[in-house]
Amino acid sequence: MDSKLTWKQIPKGGIIPQAGNSDSYKTGGWRTYKPLHNPANCINCLRCFYLCPDSSILVKETKVTGIDYDHCKGCGVCARECPVNQRENKKPNETDRKPAIKMVLEEN
Amino acid sequence: MQKTANKEHVEHERLSLTGNEATAYALKQANPDVAAVFPITPQTELMHAFAGYVADGLVKTEMIYVESEHSAMSATVGASAAGSRAVTATSANGLALMWEILYIASGLRLPIVMPVVNRALSAPINIHCDHSDTMGARDASWIHLFCENSQEAYDTAICAFRIAEHSDVLLPVMVNFDGFIISHTTEVVDVVADDSAVAKFIGEYKPWVKLLDIKNPITIGPLALTDYYFESKRQQVEAFEKSPAVIDSVFAEYGKLTGRTYERIEKYRTEDAEVILVSLGSTAGTAKDAVDMLREAGLKVGHIKIRSFRPFPSKMLRDAIGKAKVVGVLDRSLSFGAEFGPVCLETMVSLYGSDAKVRNFVYGLGGRDIFVEQIVETGKNLVELAHGKKDLPVQSFIGLRE
Repeated sequence: MDSKLTWKQIPKGGIIPQAGNSDSYKTGGWRTYKPLHNPANCINCLRCFYLCPDSSILVKETKVTGIDYDHCKGCGVCARECPVNQRENKKPNETDRKPAIKMVLEEN
Repeated sequence: MQKTANKEHVEHERLSLTGNEATAYALKQANPDVAAVFPITPQTELMHAFAGYVADGLVKTEMIYVESEHSAMSATVGASAAGSRAVTATSANGLALMWEILYIASGLRLPIVMPVVNRALSAPINIHCDHSDTMGARDASWIHLFCENSQEAYDTAICAFRIAEHSDVLLPVMVNFDGFIISHTTEVVDVVADDSAVAKFIGEYKPWVKLLDIKNPITIGPLALTDYYFESKRQQVEAFEKSPAVIDSVFAEYGKLTGRTYERIEKYRTEDAEVILVSLGSTAGTAKDAVDMLREAGLKVGHIKIRSFRPFPSKMLRDAIGKAKVVGVLDRSLSFGAEFGPVCLETMVSLYGSDAKVRNFVYGLGGRDIFVEQIVETGKNLVELAHGKKDLPVQSFIGLRE
């Protein structure tokens, strides 16, 4: 606390005199469930990329390369909307499924 | 219409205007960039009149007709944050619907000017004057100025821009005047004849934040949790600490321009008074007539009108009350569950440690008229209290069927 600025030092109105600073606010600690991406099963449709509310699906040259765990809050939209998961979830046995994104408890 | 001028002051015109029209005239001369508005009685005619100026091309204002008061205040906040001079206006339930955005406007330090035409809050539904609407918003970090008549509404609306936009303040300002009693009553009002003289007095708008300045991008409204929220509020305290000096200097400068000088309180025959009445808004006029009648009867009664409720002029009020033995505070609203109404609570805090006896009189809720005779009677009772001939309950009601 001592290292933080005093009320005389901060800008008025709670503004931040730069833009694009949500990147420096790490929200990964909010997570209960963690998405695990499996590139072997992923078809790179990028549906998760444009539906992720926190821009946390990492993409390079149209391929999903991983997940930004500094900002992912574990909402699970990616896993729910993934067409591979939807297809695989219809299989009768859990062990037969090959999801592209799997939600696991954060402590795992 | 007659035009007059003297060497000392700017040329002026005498117009017959209601409080709403006078305030709309002030807004016309202020020529704001944006007005986001929604109708509500008794404010409706104010923005109706202003919309006429927009339609006639007399102002450059972009008028936004929104779907609620919540949206009116939200759009005003957005316009102000974008870097424009922004206004709105409301009454009663409309102000109540703005509630959460009132705190956002002040927390973001946006110098919005908002006339509030005071009206009772429902239920029961009532469109007439009392102060329950703005009194509920007294902790919202807005400056609250109260007006006695149409002239004061016009003058105060102009001064409000200078006060709100001053770099030491940067707080939104409510210009309060009594619904119907002022808003719909035609009076002779002196207005500055030349719009450009008002524009010059208010000055070019130089926003301290402007989202539309894409060369200098900033973030407005980010999170500040346990780490910085408290510091941000302390800055608002500082703005209020600095605001009295700004209000005084703006009022003084306006006095030089127009010949009409205001203070944060107005004293009337208080110098040797044993009893002092305190009130806000249009009732002050009635109370001053009552004081004249009491003085004619040989009773030493004075009156103090509070023009600035936030910041509350505690020291000024305490000094003005001086050695008076009894203070009678007129409240046109209640603070349910508290022993006194809002004006009385503030007065008592201002008098902490003083020997003066304070009595609270609640009157005029839902627009019930208050008459000179009733204030004269109250004054007489307070004089008897001062002389130890009578006791009065700490709070009582004027004009209520018991």
